[in-house]
Amino acid sequence: MSAADTKHKAHIEVTGLTMAYGDTLIQRDLTFTVNRGDIFIVMGGSGCGKSTLLKHLIGLLQPAAGEICYNGVSYFDASARQQDDMRRSWGTTFQTGGLFSAMTLAENVALPLQQNTQLSKAEIADLVHYKLALVGLAGFQNYYPSQISGGMQKRAGLARAIALDPEVLFFDEPSAGLDPLSSKLLDELIVQIQQTTGATIVVVTHELASIFAIGNNSVFLDPESKTMLDCGHPQRLKTDSPHHQVRNFLARGKLSRGQLAHDQTDNSHREKTP
Amino acid sequence: MSEPQFELKVEGNSGELLFNGPWQLASKGTAPFSVIAKQLARHDLQQLRVTIADDCQWDSRLSAVLLSCHNYCTEQNIAFDGSKLPQGAQSLLKLATAVPTRQQSKPQQPGFNPWRALTSGMQKMLGFLGFLGECAEATGKLLVGRANMRFTDLGQFLFLAGPQALGIITLLSILVGMILAYLGAVQLRLLGAEVYVADLVAIGMVREMGALMTAIIMAGRTGAAYAAQLGTMQVNDEIDAVRTLGISPMEFLVLPRMVALILIMPLLVIYANILGIIGGAIVGLGMDISFLQYVEQSRQALDMTQVLSGLVKAVVFAALIAIAGCRAGMSCGRDSAAVGQATTKAVVTAIVYLVISDALLNILYSEMGI
Repeated sequence: MSAADTKHKAHIEVTGLTMAYGDTLIQRDLTFTVNRGDIFIVMGGSGCGKSTLLKHLIGLLQPAAGEICYNGVSYFDASARQQDDMRRSWGTTFQTGGLFSAMTLAENVALPLQQNTQLSKAEIADLVHYKLALVGLAGFQNYYPSQISGGMQKRAGLARAIALDPEVLFFDEPSAGLDPLSSKLLDELIVQIQQTTGATIVVVTHELASIFAIGNNSVFLDPESKTMLDCGHPQRLKTDSPHHQVRNFLARGKLSRGQLAHDQTDNSHREKTP
Repeated sequence: MSEPQFELKVEGNSGELLFNGPWQLASKGTAPFSVIAKQLARHDLQQLRVTIADDCQWDSRLSAVLLSCHNYCTEQNIAFDGSKLPQGAQSLLKLATAVPTRQQSKPQQPGFNPWRALTSGMQKMLGFLGFLGECAEATGKLLVGRANMRFTDLGQFLFLAGPQALGIITLLSILVGMILAYLGAVQLRLLGAEVYVADLVAIGMVREMGALMTAIIMAGRTGAAYAAQLGTMQVNDEIDAVRTLGISPMEFLVLPRMVALILIMPLLVIYANILGIIGGAIVGLGMDISFLQYVEQSRQALDMTQVLSGLVKAVVFAALIAIAGCRAGMSCGRDSAAVGQATTKAVVTAIVYLVISDALLNILYSEMGI
């Protein structure tokens, strides 16, 4: 595969990834590809290792086996300098926001800009205002993370993650702990960011509404067999996945017992489209 | 009848277990399932029917026993018949048995495994060495001016470690000075050489107690605070966030704390020394040594080498406290209990480091003839 080819399509390639904490196996043999411009969903039941997969993708944890390639370059085989460059092209929002509690929102968002650009103070202040305005937090520059609500913290975390116009944006449970309306607004924001910047977006979530609203590619991790069951477009998985666990998850457990038992034969079933 | 009761009737291979009385959490008496199990075990049962008396009041207390009973029957291959139970009890039992009990594999062997202890000890050592290496690398970068340290952070930590600690250091240093003076006075009075109390206090404070007491205060105050701050940041994903921004947490978080403590400790120690000597002078006044006489005696007792030897200790102690605190915080787990453990660990290891390094420095000084 030529370099130009990879640049066009596959952005993140995960091959034979096995994740473990010490002796405890989390997931094994994960192989999937995230294409450039995808909104890629990592889904699965609670405790199946979704967040652990994210931590591997952003290089915080070392895989037990297998490799993760960005634009054809393996992250864990790259030199420290290459790794730093790769990291700078990613933005990450954490489950709790991951904001620095000792800094104001403005300082939080300004930090990546100060660290990685030569911009002047005034320009950085303008950019901070713009990024906070994008997530609906203009005017909150001087608030500390503890002074704003959980939903606002998440949005502020997003403002920091998109500060450097990242190529890849990672979200860990963006809608966890948000009311339905805020989580819908956040979903819309994610889609808009993708459409306007063309970034590749990886979202860890188990919110069905979000999965169908934003995802166009996904991987399903199974906590029982400790491996991935299927990958592809969520709508397609919901109707056509050969694994009843996947279809059942995406149909919110509404598959009848008969369909669960005879999942190979019964492919005619179609759930109501949402 | 105010206690939970049961009755087991056996005919041949089939038994009937009848619950009566109040089977409620609030009712008195004890009726654990083990008692029922003992009775069941006396008979060779093939099937067991479970019923409840009509006037029996029940809640979770009965449901829990029913579940144990059901599981016992499954284990012993007894056919469990709960069809005579009230509808509610049946549905709850069905709900509780819907997902089979997971066969728990103990994550760790209960016994002491020397090999495992050795390897985990080795791993901790390696982790600590790695931490020291990263510290050294970050310090090197700072010296050539390429470290990613925010000077506003440094200023804040200087303020927290310095001026904020003055109150407690004032109090304790004066008291330590007085303690040394009383200690010396008792002995020196026997020789009629009370004026040498001043020498004893001055040398004791400057060479030893000033640095050591300040270091212990700072370990409890600042070292613990560092561990708690970094530990909480670990819990909040903040340290991960620093890493994902392409910033070294060592330079960004650990370095300003360490530098602040190393800069501030010698100043605090000088302050503590002066106050300790004043404390000794107060005791001296009570022994008819005038203040001026006392100060003059102290001045003669001290020379630059002694002051410097104390300050070298201060710098070494500061680095050790910061390393112990930051290491505990950076290696903290991800729950609130772990933050508490990290704080404890920071203080305990800091004090161990302090005493060991103080002993080593004293040996070194005496070899050097200082």
